[in-house]
Amino acid sequence: MQAAASMPVRSRPTAGLLLAVGIVLVLAVVSLFIGVADMPLRDLVSSGGDAQALQLLLVSRVPRTLALVLSGMSMGVAALIMQMLFRNRFVEPTTTGTVEAASLGLLAVALLAPGLPVFSKMLVASAFALAATFVFLRLVSRIPASSSLVVPLLGLMFGGVINAVTTFFAYRYDLLQSLAAWTNGDFSSVLRGRYELLWIAGGLAILSYIAADRFTVAGLGESFTRNLGLNYGRILAFGLVIVSMVSASAVVTAGTVPFLGLIVANVVSMTVGDNLRRALPWVAVSGAGFLLACDIVGRTLRFPYEIPVGTVAGVLGSGIFLYLLLRRRARFG
Amino acid sequence: MIEIRNLTKTYDDAAVVNDVSLSLAESGITAIVGPNGAGKSTLLSMIARLIAPTSGQVLVDGLDVQQTQGAVLAKRLAILKQNNQVGMRLTVSELVAFGRFPHSGGRPTVEDERHIDEAISYLGLDDLRTRFLDELSGGQRQRAFVAMVLAQDTKYVLLDEPLNSLDMKHAAAMMKLLRRTADDLKKSITVVIHDINFASIYADQVVAMRDGRVVLQGESAELMQEAVLQDIYDTVVQVREVEGHRLGLHYL
Repeated sequence: MQAAASMPVRSRPTAGLLLAVGIVLVLAVVSLFIGVADMPLRDLVSSGGDAQALQLLLVSRVPRTLALVLSGMSMGVAALIMQMLFRNRFVEPTTTGTVEAASLGLLAVALLAPGLPVFSKMLVASAFALAATFVFLRLVSRIPASSSLVVPLLGLMFGGVINAVTTFFAYRYDLLQSLAAWTNGDFSSVLRGRYELLWIAGGLAILSYIAADRFTVAGLGESFTRNLGLNYGRILAFGLVIVSMVSASAVVTAGTVPFLGLIVANVVSMTVGDNLRRALPWVAVSGAGFLLACDIVGRTLRFPYEIPVGTVAGVLGSGIFLYLLLRRRARFG
Repeated sequence: MIEIRNLTKTYDDAAVVNDVSLSLAESGITAIVGPNGAGKSTLLSMIARLIAPTSGQVLVDGLDVQQTQGAVLAKRLAILKQNNQVGMRLTVSELVAFGRFPHSGGRPTVEDERHIDEAISYLGLDDLRTRFLDELSGGQRQRAFVAMVLAQDTKYVLLDEPLNSLDMKHAAAMMKLLRRTADDLKKSITVVIHDINFASIYADQVVAMRDGRVVLQGESAELMQEAVLQDIYDTVVQVREVEGHRLGLHYL
């Protein structure tokens, strides 16, 4: 009887999740077949195969779609983990200076050690992101707990300050164009050989699932966590490393997409709740789906030209973000 | 038994808790009372190893809380602080299930499920199991957190102002529930409490603090005297007897 009472709660989301995965797969297939160059399906499946169509698929289309899926899921997961660790609904790597710091790290590498392999560049960017996020966390712990809207505002300012430093040096050394490419997500230039670091981000997103319960507990506060005999500092460190590496790998490859993670994490929280064991898969799937959809819109709206996915997601995202802010205010008022 | 030896906590040379030595019983309710800033919550947090003391020692059944592994202690002692995160969208049963974390490590067994169900029933939350915490009233939410602490199934339970944000009806119901829990489950419950009358009626033992020191430890009858209360709270409190209980009136 007791088991029956708890059964529906557990089985319902599973069916929904499978449906969501199905939708993402459909979007991924659609994404594969949008492009300037013709890639008829029959050429791919006909015996022997059209070498050119297959080449196009493997070198450009598949990497792009994979990059979108990996970025989308890892950015969503990073945002949700951050929201637990900061205990604030409005944080994500682009509202806390994390991404700006990763860009600064990448710029530092470009200026001081341009010959480094791309993986090492990512590690340096991660270290910068980790340091900045940690500093911001210390900063936030000094603000009164009541002002939840102050946290993202402070984060945007903090990111602005880091960005000002980065822009100054980028300007001096004529790297402004690269800088823009790092932060503003654009998947049109993704080719085989240029996106593979995102597998690390995707892997980390999946790895974070093993600590799902611990992140949820951390979201209930430090006292709460220690009461249950868990090491709060270790959970914090693990989470921040994941967030930093995800942000850095996005910056190094296709760029970040502002608000993507924040919106996905909030919508998932509203629908399935904050138990990360349940919410993390949803955030990963919705993040991938949202990014794929934005990319498809950006590629078809003024075909054969493209609008960068960051711009599409930014327009849609900031609208939804504003709605979330106002809705929350209304509920408190 | 919880033994507190010469416990001191100083912030910038100001002693918030000053050389406190106490022992808390194996069962029953202990109420810690005192004016604002007396160091009650700090003391409670140090007992539960949430705050490291400047000097002194806390032993829970002989285990030094600063030296003992968190996971070991979490099976003997549970603390519920005030200001719990209400923005978290967890269901009641999910929250209570986290109370089993020290035992289950995140993979609840049949035994864990039984404890979860019992704790939920004990606090009368059966109909609210699948509701999110942010959809509950303040009293229901407080009960959900207490259910979580009970599911943790520890001998010692520390509650920091559990009556905060509860109205008259729910505050009295909460104290009755704690009394019942202490009696039925033979637990040692220590509560920081502002209302001396709840301490007078429901507590077996009272600890009164002022300026970081323990000024009285004993039965509630020792506390509920006009001279004693005036000394602790620095205000006039008249004591009257109502149906066998001594009640303090500070409204006049």
